[in-house]
Amino acid sequence: MEFPILSLMLAVPLAGAIACLFLGAHTARMVALVATLVDLALGVLLWLNYDIGGAQWQFTERAEIFAGFSYALGIDGIALMLIMLSVFLMPICILASWDAISKRVGEYMSAFLLMEVLMIGVFASQDMFLFYIFFEAGLIPMYLIIGVWGGDNRIYASYKFFLYTLLGSVLMLIAMLWMANEAGTTDIPTLLNYDFSPQAQTWLWLAFFASFAVKMPMWPVHTWLPDAHVQAPTAGSVILAGVLLKLGGYGFIRFSLPMFPEASAQFTWFVFVLSMIAVIYTSLVALVQSDMKKLIAYSSVAHMAIVTAGIFAFNAQGIEGAVMVMLGHGLVSGALFLCVGVIYDRLHTREIARYGGLAINMPRYALFFLLFTMASIGLPGTSNFVGEFLALAGLYKVSTLVTLVCTTGIILGAAYMLYLYRRVVFGLQVNEDAARMPDLNAREWAMLAPIAAAVLWMGVYPESFLAPMRQDIAALEARVARAAPDFDADNTIGTPREHNANYVGFAHGEARGEEGAH
Amino acid sequence: MSYATSLYLTAAEIGLSITALVLLLLAAWNGDRSARLLTIIAVAALVGAAIFSIGLFDRSASEVAGRAFGDLYRADAFGSFGKVLIYLASAAVLIVTPRFFTQLGGYRAEYPVLMLFNAVGMGIMVSATDLMTLYIGLEMSSLSSYVLASFLRQDDRSSEAGLKYFVLGALASGIILYGVSLVYGFTGSTNYDGIRAAFALDFSTGALFGVVFVLAGVAFKISAVPFHMWTPDVYEGAPTPVTAFFASAPKVAAMGVLVRIAMDPFAGEVDAWRQIIIFAALASIVVGALGAIGQQNLKRLLAYSSINNVGFILIGLAAATAAGVASVLTYLTIYVAMVIGSFTALLMLRDPAGQNLETFADIAGLSTRRPALAWCLLVLMFSLAGIPPLFGFWGKFVVFQAAVQADLVALAAIGIAASVIGAFYYLKFIKVMFFDEPTRDVETSSPVSHWAVLGVCVAILSPLGYLLTIPLGEWTAQAAASFVAAM
Repeated sequence: MEFPILSLMLAVPLAGAIACLFLGAHTARMVALVATLVDLALGVLLWLNYDIGGAQWQFTERAEIFAGFSYALGIDGIALMLIMLSVFLMPICILASWDAISKRVGEYMSAFLLMEVLMIGVFASQDMFLFYIFFEAGLIPMYLIIGVWGGDNRIYASYKFFLYTLLGSVLMLIAMLWMANEAGTTDIPTLLNYDFSPQAQTWLWLAFFASFAVKMPMWPVHTWLPDAHVQAPTAGSVILAGVLLKLGGYGFIRFSLPMFPEASAQFTWFVFVLSMIAVIYTSLVALVQSDMKKLIAYSSVAHMAIVTAGIFAFNAQGIEGAVMVMLGHGLVSGALFLCVGVIYDRLHTREIARYGGLAINMPRYALFFLLFTMASIGLPGTSNFVGEFLALAGLYKVSTLVTLVCTTGIILGAAYMLYLYRRVVFGLQVNEDAARMPDLNAREWAMLAPIAAAVLWMGVYPESFLAPMRQDIAALEARVARAAPDFDADNTIGTPREHNANYVGFAHGEARGEEGAH
Repeated sequence: MSYATSLYLTAAEIGLSITALVLLLLAAWNGDRSARLLTIIAVAALVGAAIFSIGLFDRSASEVAGRAFGDLYRADAFGSFGKVLIYLASAAVLIVTPRFFTQLGGYRAEYPVLMLFNAVGMGIMVSATDLMTLYIGLEMSSLSSYVLASFLRQDDRSSEAGLKYFVLGALASGIILYGVSLVYGFTGSTNYDGIRAAFALDFSTGALFGVVFVLAGVAFKISAVPFHMWTPDVYEGAPTPVTAFFASAPKVAAMGVLVRIAMDPFAGEVDAWRQIIIFAALASIVVGALGAIGQQNLKRLLAYSSINNVGFILIGLAAATAAGVASVLTYLTIYVAMVIGSFTALLMLRDPAGQNLETFADIAGLSTRRPALAWCLLVLMFSLAGIPPLFGFWGKFVVFQAAVQADLVALAAIGIAASVIGAFYYLKFIKVMFFDEPTRDVETSSPVSHWAVLGVCVAILSPLGYLLTIPLGEWTAQAAASFVAAM
């Protein structure tokens, strides 16, 4: 039997979470940091040992310790990348909360470590109900994180977050029960190749959609996100934007598309329309925000809309792009929330108008913020460019109209991000207290520098991230190919001419012949 | 079937009855001084009865399907499972009882005796296979319940609860009795096998009325909507340990009666009773959830929560399959742990003067004053809301699975969507404990006995509980197999 590395990755933060409940503030911080770093090391080990081009499911573990479902873990390339994202962001979250959280530190760290267990669990589950348990359980620590350590309106936000996402998910459970009953198995790899009847698929797809669309979040069920983001503590926002939003996209890729290809094809336009509205509408809303966190929250909704559109393009490019946007957005929006957190810790306000001219007194901060702003816009050389380009290229094969609208969204994205950056970092130092803020300290460097490095890495050499997923996405594309819908982009490949375009035909041939005769 | 076999199969009830009678004599001679000792003996007797029932559970298949006294009583696996649950729940409640009454100066030696008689009645209820036995068990349990509800005689609310419970309970008994007489009139038998055989030949409208009346009466006992009105008042007014008892063991017993009636004598008429059960299930879920939202009193809130939970249990019954019965039993097991845990935690909430706290305002900011207790309550509340990874989720999972397997997908979908409404007030519970600022002092320590009961319940409901899913699945399947002959 192989070494159960995935179980170990679940066990380490779990042990840390239990320990933190009983520890004092300082020890709890240290324990949490060590536990997340150990998990990061294990994650790196996982990546290094992942056999690219090998079996589809690797590091599989299985134990029949429950009735009705099994404890089955295993990952493919897509899950590997998302697990890496989670374990990478976690130590940074702990660092971000180092000083910002001063009350009930042990419980806070415990909630975060629990969150990490559940996120890894979601991505590593190979059993449908195990997936559901991890998926749903994330509500509990997040509810506490928002409710106990959040801002002024935290109670409203925590309720809204919990009930919205719960209402979305419960119908998925019924759909899963029906599927398990119909297919006679709860094993995800088996279900991926099980063909449900198209009529049933429609209902199942809708039930899953309800859950993933809320998690994603897609317009019009996105309204919980700005509230939750704004009220959550910085690290909570990072995890929410960085990983939790990816659960929806992961769900679409793992469940909706391969398990219900016909229904997915049937609902493609529905998803496209929602995505187009989301890209334009939320970008416009982001333009008028006066609260930094709210602005980034709306930008998340817009980015996630590109993910959904890319996924439902039904081709490898679109899906690869969607996953890359998820990874890139996870890093970049997380980093942007950290940037907001850095100045929030100093001035305790998120009002954009209270800042200005930070480039003068916080030049290093301004540099990082600039990098992440550019990455969020999708500047070539940064992570988001790769993903957005691929997603839009894949989408273009399907529909020029959708691509046009989504690309407009990216232009609007540049507008609101640059406008934000101008107001916060450039311009005059209008407020005394903002002008006196010190630049980044060592801890903040340690938070932002690794993300900046990852953002550039992903932008310059995306192959490291695409390679593990390529085979899985190709398999997914092959699986859904039979249902792939036809759309307006006419990409029928013409028959190539025999010769170059400047070939003059007969005369030229003759001339060459003569030449040869000489 | 010898007389000795019959006595052996009913030994748990007989043993409890004898213990109760002896304790009654002791109480009469010694007065209230020996109340504590009597409680300990009663707990021991209940645990003993539970152990005996466990032994019977394994053997029940072999010994003529556990039929005793000419098939008036059946100690089959289903009955034994229910009894284990009932006796253990009663014992757990009895363990946390004395402290509450001692504080109010009202603990009396009759209390454990009444509990024992109640337990005997409930044991008879789940095993009854004749309408007459059923009625005897039901009345034995109900009459002691009425007295228990008004046990704090000087307290107005307690007396009111007892009276209310008595009047409405008597009405329900009357309804059942009327239904029984109709069923008897149309079938000529009070025995379950006889009724089933007669219904198979001819199921007339009159008999349908009989079925409906019997079900309505039992629905009152499980406080399913629309027969739930007494529940919040009685739960609020009765002394807290009594409320804990009402919400646990008698629920199991009444649900056992309902399942047995539905799956044995009325098994051939599933279409006749299924729509009633479906209506009661959905109505209970919705009314239980909506009614709880405005409540300030925690006991009242838990009363609505129990109505809500009954709705989920009925969804399992509506499936009318062996898997459905098994899911009902699984849910009941988890439900008992949740209810006893919640009420034990409630009993541990007292101000420094020893006054019991029972409103939302009292538990504000509990997580900073009593972190351990607050975390236990968090587990209990999320469990009641059915959020994984807590074990309360498993109960919902199995009932919805049974419903989906029985092709009741719409019922399952509506039921689970309505469960989100219920999540709201459980969340409020947690919000008040964790997010609000503390407003008043609470007693900082609790006796070991309370911690032990709470600890066991919370351990079952924690994710560790999932390790129980395999044995629990086997036991409930074995219990549900008691009705296979009937199905």
